[in-house]
Parts: sequence; structure tokens; C-alpha cells
Amino acid sequence: MRGADYVVKRIAFALITVFIAITLNFVLFRAIRGDAVDALGRCRQCTAAFKAYSRHELGLDKSRWAQYRIYVVGLFRGNLGSSLRTEKPVTTELWDPIKNTIPMVALGTFFSIVFGIAAGVLSAWRRGTALDKTNLYVSLGFYSMPPQWLGLLVVLYVAGWLALPTSGIKDPILGILSSPSTMQVIADRLKHMVLPAATLGLVLYGEYALVARSAMLETLGEDYVLTARAKGLSNWEIVRTHGLRNAMLPIVTLVALSLGYIIGGAITIEYVFSYPGIGLAIVEAIDQRDYPVLQGAFLLLTLSVILFNLVADLLYFKLDPRVTT
Amino acid sequence: MLIVVAFVLIAMLSPVLLSQDARTKVGKVFEPPSARHVLGTDGGGADMLALLIQGASVSLIVGFAAAVVSALIGGAVGLLSGYFGGKTDVILMRITDYVLVIPDIPLMIIVAALFGRSLVNIILIIGVIYWTTTARLIRAQVKSVRERVYVKRARAIGAGNGRLIFRHVLPQVAPLLVANTVLLVALAIFAETFITFLGLGDPSVVSWGRLIENAFKDDAVLNKAWWAIIYPGACVTLLVLACTMIGQAIEDALNPRLRVGHLSVRRFRLRVLPLRGRLDRE
Repeated sequence: MRGADYVVKRIAFALITVFIAITLNFVLFRAIRGDAVDALGRCRQCTAAFKAYSRHELGLDKSRWAQYRIYVVGLFRGNLGSSLRTEKPVTTELWDPIKNTIPMVALGTFFSIVFGIAAGVLSAWRRGTALDKTNLYVSLGFYSMPPQWLGLLVVLYVAGWLALPTSGIKDPILGILSSPSTMQVIADRLKHMVLPAATLGLVLYGEYALVARSAMLETLGEDYVLTARAKGLSNWEIVRTHGLRNAMLPIVTLVALSLGYIIGGAITIEYVFSYPGIGLAIVEAIDQRDYPVLQGAFLLLTLSVILFNLVADLLYFKLDPRVTT
Repeated sequence: MLIVVAFVLIAMLSPVLLSQDARTKVGKVFEPPSARHVLGTDGGGADMLALLIQGASVSLIVGFAAAVVSALIGGAVGLLSGYFGGKTDVILMRITDYVLVIPDIPLMIIVAALFGRSLVNIILIIGVIYWTTTARLIRAQVKSVRERVYVKRARAIGAGNGRLIFRHVLPQVAPLLVANTVLLVALAIFAETFITFLGLGDPSVVSWGRLIENAFKDDAVLNKAWWAIIYPGACVTLLVLACTMIGQAIEDALNPRLRVGHLSVRRFRLRVLPLRGRLDRE
């Protein structure tokens, strides 16, 4: 297979990065002054004997290397440690939030991609006109808005108007009096997802529109587009076959790359909407000083970024085999 | 441009404009805009306009300082990497790649949570996370400058590395660095808003991010106090917008040939601003 070595190199790179991420995670959370038992602030009145016992139980009295080894081995078994707050394994703690975040983020991203690319392409095509300028300013505007502010604005103005709920993911009344049907449950979830997803979508829209526009502009300036025009192809054909196809390359890679970061970026939005996803879980874990959960969540997020970077690299290669560096 | 200048002026004049610390209670809680309090009051009864003015200096300082830190780190890395090439280049680029992978916001949150909430910490955190694109940019530029004829000639005469770097390479690279820094300022202000909003900001200072956070915490929405929400956010948006546009304009003016191509888009971060390509040439 052509370029097999490129693929292999990229995968190897991703694996090494994963390993570094794991190590970094370990180091970061051990870097707090004092060790976990003291710094946790949970143990102000504890006796020294209890502290020693806790340390022993958490494995903190072993050498750093030993702890590291235990950590890594545990990871490979899928053990992320146990939450300090609820004593349940971190994986269980994080599983629900992940289930909540992903659809919301997917929804928002989907809309922002669709509208963003459409707007960007249109804008590039009608470059310099009022449409273009308006779109530019709108996109730039949304791009510059802090998501939490946008979220607050949405809550303030849109929610009441559209009668959409602004927090949580479940209607508290739904399950009490009767057993809700699956459709009802789904509808309920969707209703709660719409506003955060819309906010996320708006925030991302600006970026995608801008990139789509500049990518299209560059492509449309190429010679082969001029040839296509000379050949007499219709506008739509030019845009679709020649323009979009080639402009898709930076757009697609950008989308793949940003997907990795979005999950972390939705944190503020989740916070505003009290949406029980990963972001909110992280914030709560910080409040509660639940370090194992934090560590696990951070690792997950880093892993997702690495994964999507790899996907972006491979996609890029698939779309443009000229890349071999 | 004007916007940025206006904000900076206000920030600098703030000690003059404000006769007391902006947070003092001067009116009822969440008073709507009126003749006495032009922009209303916030959840603590403090005048909104005064708060905004005081917050301006903090937001701007954090923005500039963090951007400078980022630019310094990124610039140094890029410079060394591009100039010396070879092993240094490879190692530094690998490090850059690894730093790039870390998701920015979670890292900021976690570091802030672990190491305490102070202004200095925030500046450092933001600076340490965002230097990577600058590094790549500078590296590419340095590499190209290094091959230029006059540099080769200077080297042939016997100019040492230091002299070459400072007198020849740096002046060529500086404008690009400046453009990038401006964009970083926008990014840093943005990032500061994030951190503060989640409660990890410095509790002793007022900044726009904190104003938004306060509005949220004090249930401005329930009180229908739109003025407490809209104004700080609008300020942030305006400032970020202005910085972005300036940065873009400088970048475009300097480097019309810098193509979108492989380097920039592939290593794109979600919130990093180097959007190449012409934004608005006309």
C-alpha cells in the first residue's frame, strides 16, 4: 500500500503521545504540594495514624516509580481508580456524563459544520458583496463571543420565548407518575439538549464559516477553476466538483482536529446550562477535590484529542497522498 | 483599532475615573439602567460602569501579559528550532507536538485548581499552553530567512551565530511575531474569561470574566437583569473581535504569500486564531 510507512509512523506517533499523556497525567496530579492525603483537605482533623493508614491504602507510601507502575498497569486493566467522593470506580462515575455530553456535542457540531460550511462557501462565491461582508462580521462576531456569555444570553432571551428547558437533562416530573415511553424519554432528552447544542453550534459556526470561506477562496482562485469556467461548466458544477472537493481538504482536517478539543471546550456551556456532562463533572470534581475523577477525565480528554489528531492525519493522507512528511 | 485604543485608554485612566474601588455598594441590587447608574448595578449593588472600567485594566493586563509570555516561549522555540535545524529542530518540534495535544481548557482548569488562584498563575497558565502555533510560525519564517543570500554572505564573512540571529534574522521575523502576539492577546482574554467563569479566577480582582461569573452566580437571569450580563460580555467580544481583526490585518499585510497549506491547518487548534487566507482584502 502506498504510503504505508506514513500511516505506520502516524500511528506510532499517536501511541507514543498516549504514553506521554499518561505520564504527564501522573506527574501533574502528583505535583501538588504535600501529597494527596494532606492536600485533599479532607483530613483536617485526622490523627496521624489515620493519615498513615490512608496513605498506605492509597498506595502513597511507596516510591514514585512503584506508584507509577501501579498506575500504568491499572490503566491497562481499565482501572482509573476510585472516586474519592463516592468510592465508586471512576469509570462508572464518568460513564453517564460521557453519554450525556457526546450527543449534545455531536448535535451542536453537526449544525455548525453544515451551516458554517454552507455560509463559508456562499460567502466565498459571492465575495465582496454585502452577503459576504455580513457573513464575515456575523461569523467573526460569534467567533469572538465567550461561550458562557452566549449561553447566558440564550437562556435570557431564547429559552423563555421557545419554552425550552434551560438546565439538566431530565424533566423531573417525567418518570414519577407514569412510566414514560421511549419516545417520550427521547423527546425529553432532546428538548434539554437543544439549547446547549445550539449555543455550541453558534460558537463553532463562526470558525467553520471563516475557514470554509478562506479555503474556498483559495481553491476558486486556482487555474483549473478558470479552465472549468472557460469550458462552460455551470456555477453549481464548478463549485461542487472543482471547488468544494479541493477545499474540503483543509476543512475536513480542521473539523477532525477540532472535534478532539470540543469536548473539553463545551465545559463552560455545560456549566451555564447545568447540563450533566463531562464538563460539569470536571467542575464538580474540582469543587469536591475529587482528584481521581479529575485525573481520569483529563486522561480521557487527552486521549480523545490524540485520537482525533490521528484521524485527522490519516484523513489528510487519504485525501491528499502527496503529504508524506 | 479604535476599539482597542479606546479600551486601553479607559483602562489606563481608570484610577482617575474611579474615585473608589468599583465594588463598593452604591445602589440597590440589580438596579436597571437609570440616570444615576448609566449601566445599572450588579448583584452586589455596585455600579456597572465603574466595574467595567476597573475590569478593563485587569482583562487587558492579563491578555497582554499572557500573550507576551506565549510569544516569548513560542518565539524562542521557533527561533532556535528554525535556526539550528537538525537535532534541536526535531526535539523541539516533538515537544511542540506533545504540548499541542493537551486539551487546553481542561488543562487550565486543572492547573488552576491544583496550584491556586492568582493572577500570576493565570497568566502563566495561559502563556504556557498557547505558545505552540507561534513556535511553528516563527520556525517556518526563520528557516526561510536563514537561506537568504545576505545571511549566507554574512556567515561567509564570519559573523557568529548571535550576531546573525539578532541583526539579520530577528528583524525579519519580528513583524510576524507582533501580528501573532496580537492574535494571542485576543485568545488570552478569551481564555481568562473561561477560567474566571468557572470560579478559578483571582478572587481579589475585578475583571470582565469575573463580572460574567458574578452575573451567573447572582442569578441575574432570574432577576431579569440583562444589563449585568450583556455589558461585560459585549466588552469581551468587542475587544477580542478588534484584536483578531488587527492581528489578521497585520498578518495579511506582512505575508500575502503565506499559504493555508499543510503546516497551518493540520496543526490547528480549535481556539487558536491563525486563520490564514484573506479575510477581507478589499
